[in-house]
Amino acid sequence: MTAIGDVKRRRIDELAARAGQVPEGEGGVSLTRSAFRRLRRDPVAIAGAVIVVVFLLVAAFAPWLAPRDPLAQTLLSEIRPGYIPGSREGFPLGVDNLGRDVLSRLIVGSRQSLLIGVVSTLLGAVVGMAIGVLAGALGGWVDSVVMRFVDILLSIPGLLMAISISVLLGQNQYSLVIAIAVTQVPVFARLLRGSMLSQRNSDYALAARALGVRRGRIVFGHVLPNSLSPVIVQATLSLATAIIEAAALSFLGLGDPDLGRPEWGAMLANAQQFLGVRPELAIYPALCIIVVALGFTLLGESLREALDPKFRR
Amino acid sequence: MLRFVVRRLLQLIPILLGLSVLLFAWLRALPGGPAQAALGERATPEAIARYNELFGLDQPIYVQYLRFLGRAVQLDFGNSTRTGRPVTEEFLERMPGTIELTLFAMVFAIGVGIPLGYLAARRHGSWIDSTSVIGSLLGVAIPVFFLAYLLRLVFAVELGWLPGSGRQEVRIDATRVTNFYVLDGVLTGEWDAAWDAFTHLVLPGIALGTIPLAIIVRITRASVLDVVNEDYVRTANAKGLATQTVRRRHILRNALLPVSTTIGLQTGLLLSGAVLTETVFAFGGVGSAIYDAIFGRDYALLQGFVLLLAIMYVLVNLLVDISYGLLDPRVRVS
Repeated sequence: MTAIGDVKRRRIDELAARAGQVPEGEGGVSLTRSAFRRLRRDPVAIAGAVIVVVFLLVAAFAPWLAPRDPLAQTLLSEIRPGYIPGSREGFPLGVDNLGRDVLSRLIVGSRQSLLIGVVSTLLGAVVGMAIGVLAGALGGWVDSVVMRFVDILLSIPGLLMAISISVLLGQNQYSLVIAIAVTQVPVFARLLRGSMLSQRNSDYALAARALGVRRGRIVFGHVLPNSLSPVIVQATLSLATAIIEAAALSFLGLGDPDLGRPEWGAMLANAQQFLGVRPELAIYPALCIIVVALGFTLLGESLREALDPKFRR
Repeated sequence: MLRFVVRRLLQLIPILLGLSVLLFAWLRALPGGPAQAALGERATPEAIARYNELFGLDQPIYVQYLRFLGRAVQLDFGNSTRTGRPVTEEFLERMPGTIELTLFAMVFAIGVGIPLGYLAARRHGSWIDSTSVIGSLLGVAIPVFFLAYLLRLVFAVELGWLPGSGRQEVRIDATRVTNFYVLDGVLTGEWDAAWDAFTHLVLPGIALGTIPLAIIVRITRASVLDVVNEDYVRTANAKGLATQTVRRRHILRNALLPVSTTIGLQTGLLLSGAVLTETVFAFGGVGSAIYDAIFGRDYALLQGFVLLLAIMYVLVNLLVDISYGLLDPRVRVS
């Protein structure tokens, strides 16, 4: 049965259908290994991976990398209405409107920003996958009911849904994470379900069934691992969206109200007021967001090409 | 074809019902519930109790839902807490602005995106190709509101070439007919008003159109690259058709099929997602109203607007499905 938003859903399903197809002449090499081999030779993938790894390292070692305390209002005394001091000795990127070192805030802020992106994507992926497995493995009426619900979620524009949820849960970092995660759930659910449906009737699943393997084992041991590649690709791409969306929610005043915790989205949102005075204050966090999002996107796109049999030559 | 459309329309019903349940539940789940939402945060407990009684909020939940549904069907979502005006009235007044903005953004995205994507594919591997690929990746990675601020800072504040806020200069005394300001100007023959409203669309329209532009470039490029290698293109070339004919009738026509659906989906998203851009440019459309509602805790308006926008989004998606059925006969049969 078809329904509303068909085109959008067909897209997801098309991606899903490509999961785990073994290309001709490559039957002997495992999917992961051949994909990895392709990734290593792909300059785009390497560029993406380098960006992501660098930022992850910065986030991991932030307290040691940051030259100053991100909260110390060292240069507060020099700030006047309409004037914020620029970069100088010891403050390579200048200070913000409260006299705090921007470089240190960017470095320490990478933790919060990446964490929000990663946690919300993980949460969305896990919940979405659970729903997808349920629908894909059981089929029948469970599938119809669950997917109807997913379709309803899919019919609400993402940002509006995130706004509604943030407003509902109140202004804090957890509601930010949950709001972003919920917008990701339907995509993952539909993707995994479609991918599992296309795998369920494959030869190896049939073989396992003929051998008398229990259903749970077929689902979790055979079908699921083979259905994961579109989900992995989507998760990588979703990381980029999640970080940008978190910034957007911060901008709308729905982000983390704890100003003591530096975060790129909040920094960017805050800097808009001083754009006429010191545009760099907005440009630096924006650049961080853009570069990280770009890194995840490059990685995700090249993963898709590597895992997608259509691109294998 | 008619059966196809009717079937699709019928399938709208469960989705809209589901949406209404979600938003009904949303307003109940808010701290303080609908009474607080309608009366504001400083409402006294007595006022809340009176409100609950007056609007039947002391009734069982399913009765409340059915009432809500009954009013929603008549497009009655109560009154805005801040302005006291009916939510639907506010929506109808602001939606034309958002529609104008969306149209401008999409015309910009399509007008630049399809030629650029096509050119990138024709010159596969050239600098045009790599620039447009990198550009389209960047376009998706830039936070929209940041781009909007940059455009505003450079072209409105610093250079002063274009207006940076609002939908029309206040000093212009334009006659309102449809609330589509550009259209109004044209209809009444007030050309300066139309032109002024149009210039107000340029910067927010470009900011809003960047993401669709990036996506359209990518899809067009990928799709043209796919089609160029098809057998029917080789056949067309082999049988000696003019290059122009092959490009127009065989390559473009087939390559634009996936692009057309992208355009539809993006239009739906823009209509509902202009919150960020409109806020930056204080545009006065639906998006900036949502921003104001978040800040003013105007939950009644927020609920009504989200529901109405979601309905519009679903309807646009429906149109996309139908047009896809028109463009690609294979879909109708399934």
